[in-house]
Amino acid sequence: MDLPRYHRLTAPYYRLEGRRCKRCGELQFPPREACGACRGRETEPYRFCGRGAVYSFAEVAQAPRGFSGPYLVALVELEEGVRVTAQLTDVDADEVEIGMPVEMVTRRLQEKGPQGYLVYGYKFRPVMSRSRAS
Amino acid sequence: MRDVFVIGAGQTPVGEHWHLGLRELGAAAIRAALDDAGIETVDALFAGNMLGGAINGQENLGALLADAAGLLPAEAWKVEAACASGGAAVRAAALAVAAGVHDVAVAVGIEKMTDAVAEQVTVGLATASDGDYEASHGMSFVALSALLMRRYMHETGACREDFAPFAVNAHRNAASNANAMFREPISGEDFARSPQVAAPIGVLDAAPVCDGAAAVVVCSREALRPAHRAVRIAAAAAATDTIGLAGRADLLTLGAARRSAEKAFAASGFAPQDCDLFEAHDAFTIITALSLEACGFAPRGEALKRAAHGCFARGGCIPLSTCGGLKARGHPVGASGAYQVVEATAQLRGEAGANQVAGARVALTQSIGGHGSIAVTHVLEA
Amino acid sequence: MRASRAVGIAGYGAYVPRLRVRTADISATWRVRGAAAPAVAEKSVPAADEDVVTMAIEAARTALERAGTGLAWIDAIGAIWVGTESKPYAVKPSATIVAEALGITPHVVAADMEFACKAGSEAMQAAVAFVGSSMVEAALAIGMDTAQSKPGDALEYTAGCGGAAYLFAGADEALAVVEASISHVTDTPDFFRREAAHYPEHGGRFTGEPSYFRHTLAASRKLLAEVGSEAKDYAHAVFHQPVPKFVEKAAAELGFTPRQIRTGLVAPRMGNAYAGSSLLGLAAVLDVARPGDRVFFCSYGSGAGSDAFSFRVTERIAERRRGPSVLDYLERRRLVDGYGQYLRLRGKIRRS
Repeated sequence: MDLPRYHRLTAPYYRLEGRRCKRCGELQFPPREACGACRGRETEPYRFCGRGAVYSFAEVAQAPRGFSGPYLVALVELEEGVRVTAQLTDVDADEVEIGMPVEMVTRRLQEKGPQGYLVYGYKFRPVMSRSRAS
Repeated sequence: MRDVFVIGAGQTPVGEHWHLGLRELGAAAIRAALDDAGIETVDALFAGNMLGGAINGQENLGALLADAAGLLPAEAWKVEAACASGGAAVRAAALAVAAGVHDVAVAVGIEKMTDAVAEQVTVGLATASDGDYEASHGMSFVALSALLMRRYMHETGACREDFAPFAVNAHRNAASNANAMFREPISGEDFARSPQVAAPIGVLDAAPVCDGAAAVVVCSREALRPAHRAVRIAAAAAATDTIGLAGRADLLTLGAARRSAEKAFAASGFAPQDCDLFEAHDAFTIITALSLEACGFAPRGEALKRAAHGCFARGGCIPLSTCGGLKARGHPVGASGAYQVVEATAQLRGEAGANQVAGARVALTQSIGGHGSIAVTHVLEA
Repeated sequence: MRASRAVGIAGYGAYVPRLRVRTADISATWRVRGAAAPAVAEKSVPAADEDVVTMAIEAARTALERAGTGLAWIDAIGAIWVGTESKPYAVKPSATIVAEALGITPHVVAADMEFACKAGSEAMQAAVAFVGSSMVEAALAIGMDTAQSKPGDALEYTAGCGGAAYLFAGADEALAVVEASISHVTDTPDFFRREAAHYPEHGGRFTGEPSYFRHTLAASRKLLAEVGSEAKDYAHAVFHQPVPKFVEKAAAELGFTPRQIRTGLVAPRMGNAYAGSSLLGLAAVLDVARPGDRVFFCSYGSGAGSDAFSFRVTERIAERRRGPSVLDYLERRRLVDGYGQYLRLRGKIRRS
């Protein structure tokens, strides 16, 4: 069931938390032990804002075991400039365009069978309207 | 470091081998290569394979195949680099000989994919990608290629049909390769009409699920004999890039492929224009296009234009997939890198039959894993 | 009931899924031609990747965003309860997953609550008590459901999906202050589900007068008496919404006008969100309420009981409406392609 594995992934999966290099300020997602830019070893948690745009997308028709297709996958470029790979949700294939603004939501990523563990994590959906924003 | 020579090459046909398992396939390819080299045994065996554990429940393939092929008690271990495992196995064998540790070694690339149903194969292939940040989000291997292809089309204005020449060329060449999985040519129309697997990737953009094994015997100059139709490994190099596509500095530059090619060219003294053929990692037409650009055969975004002019077809400036490539000869994933070297060797020996590139003297082979996270490049010289 | 210090709602957030199924499509499969029209025209359906946890996370995030200055609340929240009858795990709290997603662990009281459709207002009572006793500075109460209904049963025509989250804190932070609350419960088995059963059972007409109406009316009257007010003193009234007709009847009995219940009546557009129903109605009211408005609230949960609350909206309401409103969610709508697709999404098709 991979319980320890998914437990370790709580911060990035639930909160889109990556790392920020203390030495050069580079942001990274997924989190890594070392900075990808300067190879520095001192990094701190960084929570991404969750807003971004579709950089590329595809529709998965033949889903791997454990997933139920069809569904949309995308490379999302976050506002902070970092890209993340994720499923798109709450949108139909013919509505998606490169450049479309999206926002992070937390959804079921996997169900390890009807009696099994549920993996929750980030997906992205078209930005919802906010008619009463003050 | 010593010079290294390929003195034996062997392969099984690529296909759905319901009656042959890992032992049988591996032993067949190894014995064919040893027979081609006229030798009984080797000092070391390097087994390139990706899915033995995930699909076949069998790891420790070095020992398994040394046992099956009658090569005990040679040094033998598995080399894994996703779909570049075959290329990496050849590199490991060559490094052992070049370093002076062994005089004769065999590298075998082997994959037995058809024992599992499609969904399970998809899970296995996804282990090449980022497990926690791609596979566990439902990214199939095909979907990752689709992300690349769609972005490429967006940036260059290309359409799906512009990728057809790679598939058409591969199938045309496979028709005259007795070991190829697909023997029927296809047309540009077939390509355009092919069902979508993960749009824009269609069935004819992608290499098939299949079984096969290919092996090469390498040795030092001291171990060469006059009967060997030796081909020199002029240079080899490997490099890595981010495990996940999201981390790439430029999504459409295969940095590892570029770096390994640059290093191999530099070490060999050859340049792209010196190559008479290129066995590229044509698992997907988009990877073919990006590989050509990474290795210096076309500027960024221009590979399709050159393909349209026939640059990469038989008789063109740099023939690709001369025996069918991954696309049509087949892509038993961990084996393909070894098939590339076997085919390049045949070309440089003048033994490629109907597929012979006239006067082939320098061949480039490139085996890529995980959508470019690992690339192994070889330059071979007649 | 009144807490030892004045407390109120500091932030609130709603959630309704995007998908809808037309009840006419359900009717076409099960009913005879000429049967009575379903009580609601369409109901909300969760997508395959949604459940009470995911919806609660979104509603709670909106509540925190609305409460303002984001991160300070993370440290202040000392308790979180998720009230639902469609927990993803029968045993394993949803509340801890929500808490982790919000980043408010580890020093929080966290649990799931069950009392059929009043599990959400149950959480509100607990939040008021923990904040009101000064045990915690702030507490989250969430009511959310994706409840299952038996194929072809009357409830399948109304069982919808959604809910809301409420962040309770001291009255000096509140957009709506709690004047008082009441709970009225008896052991009344009008609707229930045994542990291993997929679908609930219900008592047909027994769910009406002896159940919904008895408890809703008793709790409401008791609260009005305790606060010393009458129906006409309220700008809005929100009730639990199994079907619109029940709300209209209860309101009329208590002296509330159709105008007073209109804003909080969300069921016509999405069905009955069970433990989320009355909380969603309250959110719809808060989306338009004005400073000084009094809001009457009474939930109902089978089993049975009602929680009644009296709220007074403060001037802070105007600056606490960032984020999607209930109407934004109701207007975000995509019809599922017929009853078959609905059954597939809800996992009601046997595959082994």
